Order: sequence, then C-alpha cells, then structure tokens
Amino acid sequence: MSTLVLGIESSCDETAAAVVRDGRDILSNVISSQVPIHTIYGGVVPELASRNHIMNINGVIRQSLSDAGVTLDDIDAVAVTFGPGLVGALLVGVAEAKALAYGRGLPLVGVNHMEGHVCANFLDYKELEPPFLCLIVSGGHTHLAMMEDYGSFRILGQTRDDAAGEAFDKVARAIGLGYPGGPKVEAAAKRGDPEAYHFPRGKVTDHPYDFTFSGIKSAVLNFLNHASMSGETVRQEDVAASFQQAVVDVLVERAVAAALSLKQDRLVLAGGVACNGALRAALESACEREGIRLYRPRPILCTDNAAMIASAGYFHFLKGDRADWSLNAVPGLEL
Amino acid sequence: MKILGIESASLVASVAIVTDDIVTAEYTVDYKKTHSQTLLPMLDEIVRMTEQDLKTVDAIAVSAGPGSFTGLRIGAATAKGLGLALEKPLIHVPTVDAMAYGLQGCRWLISPIMDARRGQVYTGIYSFEDEFEVIQENEAVAIETLLEQLENFENEVVFLGDGVPVFRERIIDRLGSLAHFAIPACARQRAALVASLGAKYFAEGKTVPADDFMPIYLRDSQAERVRKEKLAKADAVVVTEE
Repeated sequence: MSTLVLGIESSCDETAAAVVRDGRDILSNVISSQVPIHTIYGGVVPELASRNHIMNINGVIRQSLSDAGVTLDDIDAVAVTFGPGLVGALLVGVAEAKALAYGRGLPLVGVNHMEGHVCANFLDYKELEPPFLCLIVSGGHTHLAMMEDYGSFRILGQTRDDAAGEAFDKVARAIGLGYPGGPKVEAAAKRGDPEAYHFPRGKVTDHPYDFTFSGIKSAVLNFLNHASMSGETVRQEDVAASFQQAVVDVLVERAVAAALSLKQDRLVLAGGVACNGALRAALESACEREGIRLYRPRPILCTDNAAMIASAGYFHFLKGDRADWSLNAVPGLEL
Repeated sequence: MKILGIESASLVASVAIVTDDIVTAEYTVDYKKTHSQTLLPMLDEIVRMTEQDLKTVDAIAVSAGPGSFTGLRIGAATAKGLGLALEKPLIHVPTVDAMAYGLQGCRWLISPIMDARRGQVYTGIYSFEDEFEVIQENEAVAIETLLEQLENFENEVVFLGDGVPVFRERIIDRLGSLAHFAIPACARQRAALVASLGAKYFAEGKTVPADDFMPIYLRDSQAERVRKEKLAKADAVVVTEE
C-alpha cells in the first residue's frame, strides 16, 4: 500500500501544490510563480504575494491532482508549510490546507520550509537516508546541519547576519540588476571575471561552522561607492562574478571542513541558492577532491516547491506527527 | 437549505450554520487570538456540538470584506479549502452588508463603520425598514465624508461596527440626536448574518465557484499605492513641461 501526500507551499512568492508517493516519487509538482508581478517593485511585496496566493491556490491544488491523475479520494494526508516565511503568505496555505484536510477528514502535517528543502533530495536520490550532513542555503537562511533522522536536525552553524541569498539580492540591487537577485547575479557573473576584485571571505571567530555575509556585501557596496566617487567605471559582470566567488568560496570551505572533521562522506545541498551553477560546480569539484559524495537536487526542486513539502510531510506522517486545527503560521520558525 | 457562514473581516471570528429559518449554531469570539488559531477549531466545535455532516451544507457564505486584509484571507482560504474539499460553491457577502442585515425593521438609516485606520472607515449606507436596500455600496472613505453624506439625508442613523468607539464623539458632534448606536448583539460582525444574507443570495442563484472567490480589499497594497503616486507625479511633471 502506498501513501499519497498532497503538499501545499505558500511561504514566499510561489504558490505551489504537489502530490508525492511514499515521500519519494513525484506524481505532480505545480508551481505558480509570481516573479513577473514583483519584478516591477524590485523585490517581493508581501501583500501582493498574499493576494496572489489566495487568487491562485485552489487552481494550483486542482492542477496538482489532475497532473497526478488522482482525486482527493486518493490522498492520504495533507502537508503544509507553516514557517519560516512571510506571515501573510504562509497564512493562506495554512488556512487552505487546514480547511481542505478538515473537510475531507484527512490528517494534517505542518512542515518546516527549510526541512522541506533538505527533503527535496529524497525525491532525486531514492536511496538517500539520514543521518547526513547538509548545507542549506536560501534567501532567508544559511545553515550547516546534521539531519540525524527524518524530521530531526542538529544545527552545526548558521549565518550571524545576512543569509547567502539575501546577500545576492542586496548586491543585485546595488549593481542595478534588480529582482530576483540570485539568477540575475549568476547570469551576469558568467560574463565576468571572478578574480577581477577581491572581496573578503568572512569568518566567525571560534565558530568554525557559522557564516557571515554582511561583510562581503558591505565590501561590494563600499567598493561601488568608492568607484563612483572617483569616477572609475566598473564592469557589473566582474563585480557580480567576484562577489559570487567570495560567497561560493565561503560556503564550500565551511561545508567541506565540516564533512572532514565530522568524518561525513556525504554532503547534501539544499535551498534556493543550491540552484546556483557556480556553487554546484565548486562543491562538486571540492567534494570529488576530498572523496565526499555530493547530493544536490535538480534546480526545479531547489526553488520553492510543494513536492519537497509533501516529502517532508510524509516522513512526519509516518512518525505519527499531526497538526491540529489551530495550526498557525510561524514566520520565524527555526529548523 | 443549509448555509455555512464564515466571518473574519475584523477582530471578530465567527462561524455559523443556518438551516432554513433557524440558526442551528453560531460561535462568535471577539478576542485577540488570531483567526488562524480560532476559526477552524470553532467550526469543528459547532459541527460536533450539533452533529452536523458538512457534506449536507448547500453553500458556504463568506464575509468577503472590506476589512483586515489578513483576516479576510484567512476566512477566504478556509472557505476555499472547504469548498474544494466538499465540492460546494461559495457565496460572496460584503461584510458591511451583512452587518446591516441584522437590523430588519429598523426605521433609521443603517451605517456600519469599520475602523480602516488613517482616519477612514469601511462603510456603506442601508435601509431595512421593509426590503433590504443598499443606498451606498461599501467604500473606504474619511469619516467626515461619510458624515457629510449622512447629514444630507436629514434622517436618523444607527451606527455599528468597531469604528463606533473610535469615532463616536465626531459622529455626535455632527449629527447630534440623529445618531444612534447599536446594542452589543447587533454591534459587530456575526456569521449568522453572513449566512442569512448568503441564503438570500443563494436563493437568487448568486454563488461563486470556490476557485474564483476573491476578497474585497477596496485598497491597493502600500507598494502599489506608492508606485502609482510616483507614476502620477512623473506624469504631472511631463504635463507641466509641455
């Protein structure tokens, strides 16, 4: 007997629903992106994100069922992201999922969005099982953690200030690339020289697994300021490439150091920034050099999606975890 | 006919089941807990208390706004999720209309006022002496604009809603003895009223597919407002240059 979980995700600017079998097989994965809506504002506008979620959510869920070739009768549980994220955006998915589960008499599971990102790997690597070391990098978070068991994490380190993705967004704005920062910086960096400028690789004293990215970001901003005051022209592509290289160096160095000192021969990459081609390539070669097996989901599973939420929800469902009808959105939910 | 009513446009959270001429159950809370935590547990409570099978509901009437954006969306998402689960249509009931609908037989004009911040109210003007009549559709206006409109009617008015404690003195200053204020049981949103007015709409065939239901915001988001103002200013500059 297989178990089908319907996943629902609305924590930021994607409205998503997916049906996943036994936490591993994607039957459908529908993502309604709002990128064009937010682009003219240079970033995600929370109220507009919420308005679009409520407008699209039923259609997205319906599409996920029909793409999977199933009906609500076939669904065994509903899993929903309840944090972290934008509170108004999260609330749409949470209220919808609760009502849907309630109306159908289905069990409901609340899922941590960051855990969902890690579980995206279970969809692409059927044999992957915890425990393993993971590097989670997104617009709001940068974590090094051990996934000890399904649904259970031990945090080794995290960012003290900006998340890696946040630094991408801020630098993108500063060099005039705009939103969404990650893909735009990456595209510009491809045409630039990563060694044109040197930006600092920040470290946190006595905390070998923590990150700091505000220094890199500030260095870029100062550099741009300086250049504009002295009338010096800088190549946007070179700044993007040099900045990206600094962030990638830090992430790779810290993740590989953690794997070596904890004697982990597997490293799992997760989160929106895991889409970044330079990060993937650098981690691939570093891991190969050190004899570490690297796991990284397909890019479509690195961005926000509901298949990863359904996967995470499935493993909580197996453990008997259930949310009740008072489940609330928790914007600052910790891993 | 059985209508489920959902109300979460303001601080009030309320759910009700209206069966033909009877309020089978109503659960109303005007308390600081978030609607996300209260609304569905309250529905579950009345469903169990009155041994309901929600599949026997004909439609789900939702207080559609105006009101708190987040509150409206929690109500809307709850109704859309239920509509999807139960394959039932929704009924789009303007929040202030439902509030006024509780004062049947009232010989005064009825003006619900919801505090919309920035000196404005979400409001409308109604009469319900005989037939329920919408004189002024829901709108977001400055309280002074509303009071001016009402002065022109030279009629007695009953006010209700969470704008009353905020604007009571200004209302009395302008309208004096023409102003009345509703008793507590009629003074705030109630899901039984949403369901009652919803039942009337349902009988008239006015339902919406759950997928298409959208709240009435009446206002753009702040980001849209700022952008429009900027564009308008830019246009104005162009005009003067010409």
